[in-house]
Amino acid sequence: MTSHSDDGDHHDHDHHDNHFSAVQARVKALETVLTQKGLIDPAAIDVIVDTYETKIGPRNGARVVAKAWSEPDFADWLRSDATAAIASLGYTGRQGEHMRAVFNTPETHNLVVCTLCSCYPWSVLGLPPVWYKAPPYRSRAVIDPRGVLDEFGVTLPDTKKIRVWDSTAELRYIVIPERPFGTESLDQQALADLVTRDSMIGTGLAKSVGEAR
Amino acid sequence: MNGAQDLGGQHGMGPVAPEKDEPYFHAEWEKRALGLTLSCGAFGAWTIDESRHARESLPPATYLSASYYEIWIRGLETLLKRHGFVSAAELAAGQMLDNGREPKRILTADMVPGVLAKGGPCDRPAPDQPLFAAGDPVRTKNFNPETHTRLPRYARAKKGFIEAVQGSFVFPDDNAHGKGENPQWVYTVVFDGEEIWGEGADPTLTVSIDAWESYLERV
Repeated sequence: MTSHSDDGDHHDHDHHDNHFSAVQARVKALETVLTQKGLIDPAAIDVIVDTYETKIGPRNGARVVAKAWSEPDFADWLRSDATAAIASLGYTGRQGEHMRAVFNTPETHNLVVCTLCSCYPWSVLGLPPVWYKAPPYRSRAVIDPRGVLDEFGVTLPDTKKIRVWDSTAELRYIVIPERPFGTESLDQQALADLVTRDSMIGTGLAKSVGEAR
Repeated sequence: MNGAQDLGGQHGMGPVAPEKDEPYFHAEWEKRALGLTLSCGAFGAWTIDESRHARESLPPATYLSASYYEIWIRGLETLLKRHGFVSAAELAAGQMLDNGREPKRILTADMVPGVLAKGGPCDRPAPDQPLFAAGDPVRTKNFNPETHTRLPRYARAKKGFIEAVQGSFVFPDDNAHGKGENPQWVYTVVFDGEEIWGEGADPTLTVSIDAWESYLERV
C-alpha cells in the first residue's frame, strides 16, 4: 500500500509511473478486499464498464440534437420536458434523471460546467472526458469562458452573449447547438454525424458539412 | 464546505488541454474504479450527497493533484470505512480480515442494466408552494458552512433573478449528513458576469446556478 508521503508528487513526471502504480495497487487492494467479503460481483463491474464503453455515449445525444433540428415539435418538447422527450428515444437512467436542453441561438451561446464536482448528462453523453472533471475547466468556465473556448478552437463574435450553466443541483444539461448552414437536405442520421460531444457541452460547435466529409 | 472542490473562478489551474480522441478510460484501474464506485453505491448505505462530501473532504493538495477516478476511490474508501464495510487494516493489508457489515443489496451482473436504466431520481414533493416565481429578483445568502453545500463561493451574496422554478428536490446540505431528504424547491438563478466578477468581467457573460430555496432571499 502506498504511503501518504508521496501523495503530492505526481505533477513531477519523474514520479508519474510510481504514482500511477500506487493508485493501481490501491484500487486492486480495494477490489480484492470487497471480492473476498462477497460485497461485490466482479462481473457486475465488467457489465458497467461495457455499458459505458459501448452502449451509452455521445451518439445518444447526437440523435437527440438531430431530431430537434428536424422536428420542431420535438424541439418544443425538449424545451418543455427534456427528460420525457429524451426518454422517448430510449435514453434514460443514471445521471440523466432530470434533463434540461438549452438551445444555442444566433444571439446566445450556452456552455455547461460543474464547478463543484463532475455533474454531466451520462444518459446522452456517456462518461465525461478528463478535462471536464479537472480543475482548469471547472475553475475557468465561469469566469473566462472565451479563454476556455479559445483552447477548443472556438472563437465567438465579441457581441455574442455567453450563458454558462453551473450544474450545482441534480439537473443535467445538454446544449442543442445551432444547425449548420446548408444542411436542409440531410436526413437525421447525416445530421447526427455533424454533432460532436463538445458541441453538446458548449465547448464546440456542430461540424459543417465540409468538416464532416 | 469551502474545500478544494469549490473551483469556480480560481486562478492558476493551467490550460484545459482537451485530448483529441480521448478514450473513455486511460488505464484498466480506472474501469475498476468506476465499477467499484457504482457497485458499492448500490449497497444503499449512503447517498450521492454523502459521497460527494466524502470526495470534497479530501485534503486540498490531494484533491487538486489526483485524477477524478482517484478522487472517487479515495472517497469510496472513506465511505466503506465509515459505514463499517471494510477497515483501514484491511485496506492496508489488501485482504479481508473480518466479516464486517452486510449491505442491504449486492449488485450482481444481471442487475446492472436495470439499475443503470433506473438511475436515482431525487425529485420529491415539497411541503409548501414555491416562495419565488420566474422573473423575481433574489439575492443568494452568504454562509460558510464546514458541512456540505451546493452554493458555490463565487455565487454567495450575489443579486440575480429567478429564471425558472425547476421542481422540488432532496436538499443535499442535510442529506449529505444523514439529516433526511427535507426536499426544497430548486430554482435556476441567473447572474450578470459583472455582479459576480466585478471590474473587468466579460460584458456578454451571464452565469446561472441551480439553487435550493433556502439559499435565496428576496431583494
